Amino acid sequence: MAAVRTRTVRGRVAVYLLALAFAVFAGFPFLWAALTMFRQDSDLYVTTHNPFVLAKPATVSHITDLLRNTPYLQFILNNIVIGLATVVITLALSLPAAYALARLAGRWGERVGIGIFVTYLVPPTLLFLPLSRLITTIGLQDSIWSLIVVYPGFTIPLSTWLLMGFFRSIPRDIEEQAQVDGYSRMGAVVRTVFPLALPGIFTVIVFTFTLTMQDFIYALAFISSSSSMTVSVGVPTVLIRGDVFYWQSLMASAIIVAVPVALLYNLFLGRFIRGFTMGAVKG
Amino acid sequence: MTVTEGSAREVTAAPRRARYLLDRERLLGPALVTPAVVYLVLVVAYPLVLAFLYAFSDVTTGSQSLHFVGFQTFIAAVKDPVFLTSLSNTVIFTAASQFLVVVLSTVLAFVLTANFRGRWFVRFLVLMPWTTPVALSSVIWLWMLDSIFSPFDWFAQVLGIVPPGGHIVFLGQSGLAMGSVIALQTWRIMPLATVILMAGLSAIPSEVSDAAEVDGAGFWRRLFGITLPLLSPVMTVALLFGIVFTFTDMAVVYVLTGGGPGNATQVLSSWAFYKGINGGDLGVGAADALFMFPVLLGLAAIMLRLASRAEVG
Amino acid sequence: MAVVETKALRKEFGATAAVDGIDLVTGEGEYLVLLGPSGCGKTTLLRLIAGLEHPSDGDIIIGGQVVTHLPPRARQIAMVFQSYALYPHKTVFANIAFPLAAAGVPREQRPEKVRWAAGLLGIDRLLDRKPRQLSGGERQRVALARALVREPQVFLLDEPLSNLDAKLRSSARDELKEFQQRVGITTIYVTHDQVEAMGLGDRIAVLNEGRIQQIGTPDEVYHQPANTFVATFVGSPPMNLLTRDDRLLGFRPEEFLPASVMGERSGQAIFDFSVTRVENLGSDRYVYGHLPEVDPEAKVIAKLPSTVTTPVTVGDQLPFAVNGGDLRSYDRQTGVRIASGGAAVKP
Repeated sequence: MAAVRTRTVRGRVAVYLLALAFAVFAGFPFLWAALTMFRQDSDLYVTTHNPFVLAKPATVSHITDLLRNTPYLQFILNNIVIGLATVVITLALSLPAAYALARLAGRWGERVGIGIFVTYLVPPTLLFLPLSRLITTIGLQDSIWSLIVVYPGFTIPLSTWLLMGFFRSIPRDIEEQAQVDGYSRMGAVVRTVFPLALPGIFTVIVFTFTLTMQDFIYALAFISSSSSMTVSVGVPTVLIRGDVFYWQSLMASAIIVAVPVALLYNLFLGRFIRGFTMGAVKG
Repeated sequence: MTVTEGSAREVTAAPRRARYLLDRERLLGPALVTPAVVYLVLVVAYPLVLAFLYAFSDVTTGSQSLHFVGFQTFIAAVKDPVFLTSLSNTVIFTAASQFLVVVLSTVLAFVLTANFRGRWFVRFLVLMPWTTPVALSSVIWLWMLDSIFSPFDWFAQVLGIVPPGGHIVFLGQSGLAMGSVIALQTWRIMPLATVILMAGLSAIPSEVSDAAEVDGAGFWRRLFGITLPLLSPVMTVALLFGIVFTFTDMAVVYVLTGGGPGNATQVLSSWAFYKGINGGDLGVGAADALFMFPVLLGLAAIMLRLASRAEVG
Repeated sequence: MAVVETKALRKEFGATAAVDGIDLVTGEGEYLVLLGPSGCGKTTLLRLIAGLEHPSDGDIIIGGQVVTHLPPRARQIAMVFQSYALYPHKTVFANIAFPLAAAGVPREQRPEKVRWAAGLLGIDRLLDRKPRQLSGGERQRVALARALVREPQVFLLDEPLSNLDAKLRSSARDELKEFQQRVGITTIYVTHDQVEAMGLGDRIAVLNEGRIQQIGTPDEVYHQPANTFVATFVGSPPMNLLTRDDRLLGFRPEEFLPASVMGERSGQAIFDFSVTRVENLGSDRYVYGHLPEVDPEAKVIAKLPSTVTTPVTVGDQLPFAVNGGDLRSYDRQTGVRIASGGAAVKP
């Protein structure tokens, strides 16, 4: 790896300084939000003192307020349901497709693979208008099912591409051996390839789930009742009421989601990169 | 099943082919791919076609059917004074933020490949802008850039840029608002580009850099003469992704500024949303959104060419 | 125990024919080796017999049953890949039991069969391990046990020794041959290593460019090569080939000795051998040179065993002799063997 080798003192100092700078750049907004979360009202709306020091003792009242008196938990629940349902649909469709494209396809396979990848590039901001009308036509408007139906449109391409990479890394020999040992082609795949691809499948599950949390425009366009909203839509709309912004609760609502998701990504990042680059390298 | 020498040979016929359907590779392949393809056609391709149809029709959220009206809708969309603003804003928004992203993420990628204590923590922090759902991080920035309670006001007061008790109205002045939106997007996309670049860096064999060092090249010459050129294909990929995500993004503008002040920070996609959903004019909204399409097509073509070159290479 | 037969078997990949019309019949319980350089089609032929590739033309018959369009699981064959293809997520026991499970053998009967197969290969104590904990030789035995457990009609082996250390290879070769003789199952074995082929095969089929160049016992293939390809591929160092008039003359290096050592014999051919290099390898001496009178451009090698002590040095020009019976003629254009009388010799 062409890593930066910090043998000189100057080099090491530079690296630490830069790392600190980037850490502050990336993390400052979150730090500010975390500080705000625990601030009492009387402390918050005062601008004279150093804002990085809590003048009054920290309080969790805003957090409990968020959890008890707002639909926030409902939003989270909706995200979980939508996420899981989307994962199921996505896996059901992309697992076989990824296997077929990794193993069974010839020239046509490459074209189809590219076609699937290209759909990921079609932005939701282009499709949301026709989709909102279609959703209304089939009667799913204002329901979380509208999102469950639409989200696989972008999770399938990504997950197919990732899974292709993982499948390609499993030697062909093993499948053929299982066929010779007595299974049909699909039987061989289910018994040898899928178990070996499990780490890849977990990675895809995590990324599909977190991807569904990112969407804003579809959820905003399709859903109007707060009971069906996701966190991404509910927080900026329902929780921001009129001109009175309950900032502490708002910040809490963002941090409560941001930290676990970041943890999940960190755990799976290595695998994701491997799948990403394997999908790009010809198997 | 007996085998006899000579011409008379008793041979059993092969069983009916139907039994071995699961082994028919020629059928199996397409069969496995079709469900995914069908789903994508229904949920992506079909609406895309509809978007084009809408732009050439007078459809609204209330209308029952489509009436073809030629370029009327396009003309109406373009004539709207906000349209040109949103178009130029989109370009400025994308160009400025992605330029910053390339520079910053390159530096950060190098920093993160060096070994230092606390690297995992820095990596964790640095990923958060990308992993946090965009609406939520926009809400955080909304508070951070509040016209009265922003911590930057305090910094500015301490530094003397602003008189005591003074405030910077980040989101209320069109220039600052645009800058804020660009800053947020840069902050958000930088981690993605960094991750892609790090993957690219790890693929460069260290022997190349070692050989240069033996040849006498110093740090900067190695960096600019060898490492960066080798990294440029990956950079291009990262840049293309960043452009696609930025050019078509509406969440940042919608949540942070609502397109304002006035319509000063509208971008094509947020404007399309206002016209189409809030305004109910699906035709104009679709037409507005479609102006993103040529750029997207061009980007997709570039990416495909890069991908095929990578496959051949 | 059955006979494998292919009739006019052909497999095309795009424009090239990897297997170009092969007729083959194995004997019962025979150990048949498919030998050839890479790309000659031997692995493709094996995969066709296994059912992992579909032929473009021709038929495959196993045990009297036409299996041409049947999938591998219906052919009652067992195959061992070069990598052994052990299932990494299963124990050795589960690996060996896998074909039994596929065949629907009831769970209670499986341990007995697995232990029988493992016993035959001496790996009883390894049954609980996972493949990554095994050495190369142990993995090969597990692969063989797995192949054996279903008692197939045919064993198909694809270069199973190439992944082993060179030192291990000859003892593994020994074990393989002994194993096959014990179980007596018809075996088709692919290799590019002619030493392996000569040591293991009851018969050797030499392949090149998708066709069988010659099929016969090791002795036949070595001493009576049917064409120049077989003559130069089998045997190390390769057969000497000289151009004389309209034909090629061939004789093996060990058949080319100093005339004084050979002794007089009728039909002998004597050539003046101009020596350019001598390699002393301990058990043999390789003498490199050419025959200026016959074919000054051809490089000729003579292999002198250590029992031949005739001094040979660079620059010498000595008379060397070949027995008439060892002189083989080949057509200059086609490379096909010509009998001393002039007619082409059938492979």
